Amino acid sequence: MKGATCYKNDLENLRATELTLRPPGIDVEEVIRSASIATKCKKRALSEKKETDENEQATEPVAKAQIVGWPPIRAYRMNSFRSRKSLVVDDNNGGIYVKVSMDGVPYLRKIDLKIYEGYEELWRALEDMFKCSSLVPVNYDEPKYAITYEDKDGDWMLVGDVPWEMFISSCKRMRIMKGCEARGQSSSA
Amino acid sequence: MMTYFPEEVVEHIFGFLTAHCDRNAASLVVQGVVPPAARLRRNCYAVRPERVAARFPAVRSLTVKGKPHFADFNLVPPDWGGLAAPWIEAFASSPTAAAAGGRGGRAGGGGGGAPLEELRMKRMVVSDECLETLARSFPNFRALVLISCEGFSTHGLAAVATHCRHLREIDLQENEIEDRGPQWLSCFPESCTSLMSLNFACLKGEINVAALERLVSRCPNLRSLRLNRAVSVEALSRILMKAPQLVDLGTGSFWVDHRSEAFHRLISAIERCKSLRSLSGFWDASPLCLPAIYPICSNLTGLNLSYAPAIQGSDLIKLIRHCWKLQRLWVLDCIGDKGLAIVASTCKELQELRVFPSDIYGAGSATVTEEGLVAVSFGCPKLHSLLYFCHQMTNAALITVANNCPNFTRFRLCILEPKKADPLTNQPLDEGFGAIVRSSKGLRRLSLSGLLTDQVFMYIGMYAKKLEMLSIAFAGDSDKGMLYVLNGCKNLRKLEIRDCPFGDGALLENVAKYETMRSLWMSSCDVTLGGCRALAAKMPMLNVEVINERTKAKSRGSPSDFHKVEKCVYRTIAGRGTTPRFVWIL
Repeated sequence: MKGATCYKNDLENLRATELTLRPPGIDVEEVIRSASIATKCKKRALSEKKETDENEQATEPVAKAQIVGWPPIRAYRMNSFRSRKSLVVDDNNGGIYVKVSMDGVPYLRKIDLKIYEGYEELWRALEDMFKCSSLVPVNYDEPKYAITYEDKDGDWMLVGDVPWEMFISSCKRMRIMKGCEARGQSSSA
Repeated sequence: MMTYFPEEVVEHIFGFLTAHCDRNAASLVVQGVVPPAARLRRNCYAVRPERVAARFPAVRSLTVKGKPHFADFNLVPPDWGGLAAPWIEAFASSPTAAAAGGRGGRAGGGGGGAPLEELRMKRMVVSDECLETLARSFPNFRALVLISCEGFSTHGLAAVATHCRHLREIDLQENEIEDRGPQWLSCFPESCTSLMSLNFACLKGEINVAALERLVSRCPNLRSLRLNRAVSVEALSRILMKAPQLVDLGTGSFWVDHRSEAFHRLISAIERCKSLRSLSGFWDASPLCLPAIYPICSNLTGLNLSYAPAIQGSDLIKLIRHCWKLQRLWVLDCIGDKGLAIVASTCKELQELRVFPSDIYGAGSATVTEEGLVAVSFGCPKLHSLLYFCHQMTNAALITVANNCPNFTRFRLCILEPKKADPLTNQPLDEGFGAIVRSSKGLRRLSLSGLLTDQVFMYIGMYAKKLEMLSIAFAGDSDKGMLYVLNGCKNLRKLEIRDCPFGDGALLENVAKYETMRSLWMSSCDVTLGGCRALAAKMPMLNVEVINERTKAKSRGSPSDFHKVEKCVYRTIAGRGTTPRFVWIL
């Protein structure tokens, strides 16, 4: 009987012939995972030394959140936490996945905007992803590339103009344009 | 409570009273137990507003506090009370108040009308109607300070702006204000030029920026301005150009592209503010914008970054290195122990430190531990006020802190996990807190956390002789704990307890103590209804309230005396007019 093993083989074959434009050997999920680990490592740097504590802490937060009035933080401050988190629109199992295209590169990538804390991290992740060293904007330099995104209204905007949370809640897709094209199109200094 | 006042205070009071009969009344007051007639502080249920207004008609400054402190943490049901209206109406309509206002009118002020000039309210329910009453009834009104209040909207602010001709101060701190449009700022008349302090940081909605700019332009005495999140950096730059004399600034949305012209305009505007000593706000701030404030950092004595979670670790450190004159610092725990070490080495003038948690629900983000606090204690000898949220604390660290800093007046430590022991020794934190109370003889306010036995209360009762306010949660083993405190802390005024094994025995053993205190709060302890009844019977002048939310839906019936009471609270003196269904006055 063919059954399960055959199905599994078929699945693998299917994956192998899947039409994607990524170069062979690059695992998108791996990139995302390592980017995510990188950010989490940065955040954990200070508590890394006490490993047992970390394990304990991982199970604590759920319990904490259920005690009324604990921790003793004014409702006003707690609400400002929540409003921050709720600005982020949850999609696809909690992530905000958007396609990223880059001029001159034949394949698109997909990134989860939710794993980044801000623009700097995003720019570095994109540099990493597209193996390009000049995406991070530097004062006064003419950028080689301009990172743009399509917002909810369908307009193409320059990434970096609005607060981060506003950006990730309105970004539908991104495009990394060659600088010369971007300069030709942009009208403001 | 007997309080005595130095000569100059007495003279100050008499300066406000012109009529002969008023002075007679005043002399009775001064010999007695009540604070000066001109300035009054009251708990809103300690005494009836009409009585106060009748007794002290010439009151110029009134401070009223409503809900118990634990209301800040949602432990008090929303309709509990704390209404501002009776107070405002009492002072607005008291005939003696009106008469006193007529005689004692200041130059430039209106003749007639009640003389109230300043109103400070904390944890009260304020309505638009009573703000309107206030605005229309007090012609000399100058200062409105509302902290942690709710129940009003921007319409109420509009009324105050419209009718109060001599307004100097509107200070709104962490209130829940309903947004009903931005027009309130336009309500300040052109003739309003006296504003010195305007804080609307807690407003959620949009504001009329043009109206704000005009207002700022015509108020040359404006010293303190705190904007809300809706105010952009561009608007901030324009405002600062018009008000370079500012001493205290709360930025709005401190977000700008650091490559843009707007960023450079911001830098120029901030550079001109040579008098700036205190900064807050920084909503949405990204680290790339921080260099804009570097030019004035060395002048800063106060800095509040506790609403800027995107500024972390190394960026915070870079900023702090510029701020060597800081006396007051509020940050999030993403500063980390490393960041606190930099604070310790840079901020030698530091007196007050608050470290708030940045992510209560998550795990793994950089936080602070006992190491950060120890570092600060070594580096900042003037530290006397602390609020510190952390994931862990050790006895050794607390003992070190106690040795380094013997001048604490306020020490509030919150270990986020209830009942957490010392991770090094697995012991309770009794010894650590004991060291703090033993060494800081001037300690007035203390909040405990972590694993604690009755022993810590023994130390507190023994050593914390100046202690006025104590907050306890998830601590202690038996009634003995609470009794150590009641018997030992001579100056105790406010005691708030949640989730501790203290019961009727502790509640009833030293009832005379409550007469010297302002209030007691106990929730989720072992006190029963019978215990509360017994207390009310023994001490009829105490206002003992039981809050039992669970029985809200049921009609009267009387639960047995052994029914464990959810919450009980008492205050001294006169009770209140109306009570919600879930509150029983015993």
